[in-house]
Amino acid sequence: MSSTSADGGAASPPEASLKSRLRRAERLRKVKAIGLVAPLALFLIVVFVVPIGNMLTSSIDNGSLPEVMPETAATLKQWDGEGLPDEAAFASFAEELRGSRRGGGLGSVGRRLNYEDPEYRGLLMRTMMGLPQASDDWQQALIEIDPAWGETETWRGIQNAAPPYTGRYLLASLDLERGADGDVQRVDQQDRLYQAVFQRTMVIAGGVTLICLALGFPLAYLLATLPAKTSNLLMILVLLPFWTSLLVRTAAWIILLQSNGLANQSLMALGIIESPLQLVFNRIGVFFAMVHILLPFMVLPLYSVMKGISPSYQRAAVSLGAHPFAAFWQVYVPQTVSGVAAGTILVFIMALGYYITPALVGGPADQMVSYYVAYYTNTTNNWGMAASLGSILLVVTLLLYLVYHRLVNRKQMIRS
Amino acid sequence: MNNKTFPLSRLSRGVATASLLTAGLAASASAQALTVISFGGASGDAMEAAYYGPFQESTGVDLTPGDYNGELARIRAMVETGNVSWDLVEMESPELVRGCFEGLFEPIDWERLGLRDQLIDSAVTDCGVGTFVWSTVLAYNADELDAAPSSWEDFWNVEDFPGKRGLRRGAKYTLEFALMADGVPAGEVYDVLATDEGVDRAFAKLDEIKDDIQWWEAGAQPPQWLVAGDVVMTSSYNGRIAAAQEEGNDLEIVWNGSLYDLDYWAIVSGSDYVDEAYDFIEFASQPENQAVYSSEIPYGPVHPDAIGQLEDAQARRMPTHDENMAGALAIDTAFWVSYGEELEQRFNAWAAQ
Repeated sequence: MSSTSADGGAASPPEASLKSRLRRAERLRKVKAIGLVAPLALFLIVVFVVPIGNMLTSSIDNGSLPEVMPETAATLKQWDGEGLPDEAAFASFAEELRGSRRGGGLGSVGRRLNYEDPEYRGLLMRTMMGLPQASDDWQQALIEIDPAWGETETWRGIQNAAPPYTGRYLLASLDLERGADGDVQRVDQQDRLYQAVFQRTMVIAGGVTLICLALGFPLAYLLATLPAKTSNLLMILVLLPFWTSLLVRTAAWIILLQSNGLANQSLMALGIIESPLQLVFNRIGVFFAMVHILLPFMVLPLYSVMKGISPSYQRAAVSLGAHPFAAFWQVYVPQTVSGVAAGTILVFIMALGYYITPALVGGPADQMVSYYVAYYTNTTNNWGMAASLGSILLVVTLLLYLVYHRLVNRKQMIRS
Repeated sequence: MNNKTFPLSRLSRGVATASLLTAGLAASASAQALTVISFGGASGDAMEAAYYGPFQESTGVDLTPGDYNGELARIRAMVETGNVSWDLVEMESPELVRGCFEGLFEPIDWERLGLRDQLIDSAVTDCGVGTFVWSTVLAYNADELDAAPSSWEDFWNVEDFPGKRGLRRGAKYTLEFALMADGVPAGEVYDVLATDEGVDRAFAKLDEIKDDIQWWEAGAQPPQWLVAGDVVMTSSYNGRIAAAQEEGNDLEIVWNGSLYDLDYWAIVSGSDYVDEAYDFIEFASQPENQAVYSSEIPYGPVHPDAIGQLEDAQARRMPTHDENMAGALAIDTAFWVSYGEELEQRFNAWAAQ
């Protein structure tokens, strides 16, 4: 016993030091790895995670009124929505309205209240002009400036804008709204838009992806099987448009496809058509231009995968008696699945976010979600709407990606 | 703008701050008096010739010109930080109304300026003094059409004038034109449009020619489409048509039912050179100086007498020429600032169906 324990005792110190040395080496390697990843991680957090988080919160942010008029927001929270709010609410509103003129606060409050009712901006402006320096009875003073302040509805609108968060933008992005009784309901038929826009975005992106696959697969196959000299030349033809500015290519399509453009003139000269076809400023133009722009993103991943497939597999299948088509379909195509998967997901996701091309070559019925995001960001400054449209697109894209990932993985599993 | 914003706006705010700093440095380096900011380009060159140089010569006041793209955010940043290095800015009407609402501009003292009765009505506003008039007109390609259209009713008449028509993609301008085509007199358009029935009526009218419309978004598209024969007639900014005419194209303008709007001079709140700014506005509003500006670029003067000082051919191209003003309508900016978002939403939904 004692000898074993002595043995064990003698053996344990070097073992422990080996362990600790191993641990230290492991730790060092981990630190090195983290050090190497850190710049990228930091970069991703700064330019990706934070902005997206920012966008997601912007879609429910209702901040302008509670920020500019904190007291009014607080007092209106207590109000039951019947009759008129008390004098304290009137007084704090008048004081905060005066103060809001500094720093653009009034502008953002006016914009926010206008979503409740377009009359608010004018009302605030009139009230601002007539606001007395001091008053014992603010209720009286405000109603004298404009009788609208004596109406319950006016204050209810402000109360609606007072909470710091709201679901109105997300609801509006799905053509929904809260009715007078607080229930979620669909907006009027004539104002419904975004469900159709999301649907259209998916259809266009999906269509472009399929066309790209149908055109890109044979092309990539040709590139991968031709001798290097010829395939390099062809590759340049694929890449040349890839290196040209997006705007230039889009403008070129407009010139080619317009009524008196090259395409129509050639078709008419050949006697195929009698009057010019409408090829641009509609869905056809969008497909032409987007497929042209996105095709290289399909060809390149397919090409890189096909380049690695040895032609001897197919030859072996044929020599064993398979029909050449069966050899192609059952032996060659399954090996390209990873390239097809990479190409389709790349093209689809890029197509989802397209903005400039549909805006230039499409009609009003061909605009995708990005168009409305840009519209709300730049034209109307309604960032709540822009952010919630963007958020919904992000969520839908992630869901589609997950489904797709499942499908592709299962296929690959079956193959192996 | 509130604090929780898109990162892009942080970036642009950074850029704005940086450019403010450089502007401030430049300002301290050259002891200038009045800084006048316009939109630059061809219009800026015309202003240089008509206003900046002559103003300096006649008054001896130093003037520093500059240009920008109409961003209200830059002016807001200056007013907020109390570092106002721009004194007088050229504003488009929607931004003028918004900026005025937020207190970014000095209210105009019209008693002091004494121009109230001399300028056209829409040049007189709370915070801005009109400086030139541009217009959205019906334009057509005389080579493509046998008969000349004369009104928006003709624009809607696809039987006598077959072919595609161009309109700006959006509710603004489009709804006004639709109502005029439906027989609403120019003066009553905004009264009708302010009612729900009026809006329904405008959209119903648009339904009639929905399939024949090709929608434009950039001002360069309408003249290009007319020349290429893509459309037989279109709404367009008058300056663009004038430029295409100068290149020798046979384009014509129908002034009846045109919609005009103004660009304004506004004094930035907290400027140190308010007196000089008033002097400049007064100088730039004189008919002889306005005539010089308008002879450089086909935008209309706001002083009616200026037209008489132009050559006849030039005067006829101005939105403010007497003949062209008949049946023309001033864009009601306050209406669009209030109802714009609601109507654009309805338009987007309508156009997408």
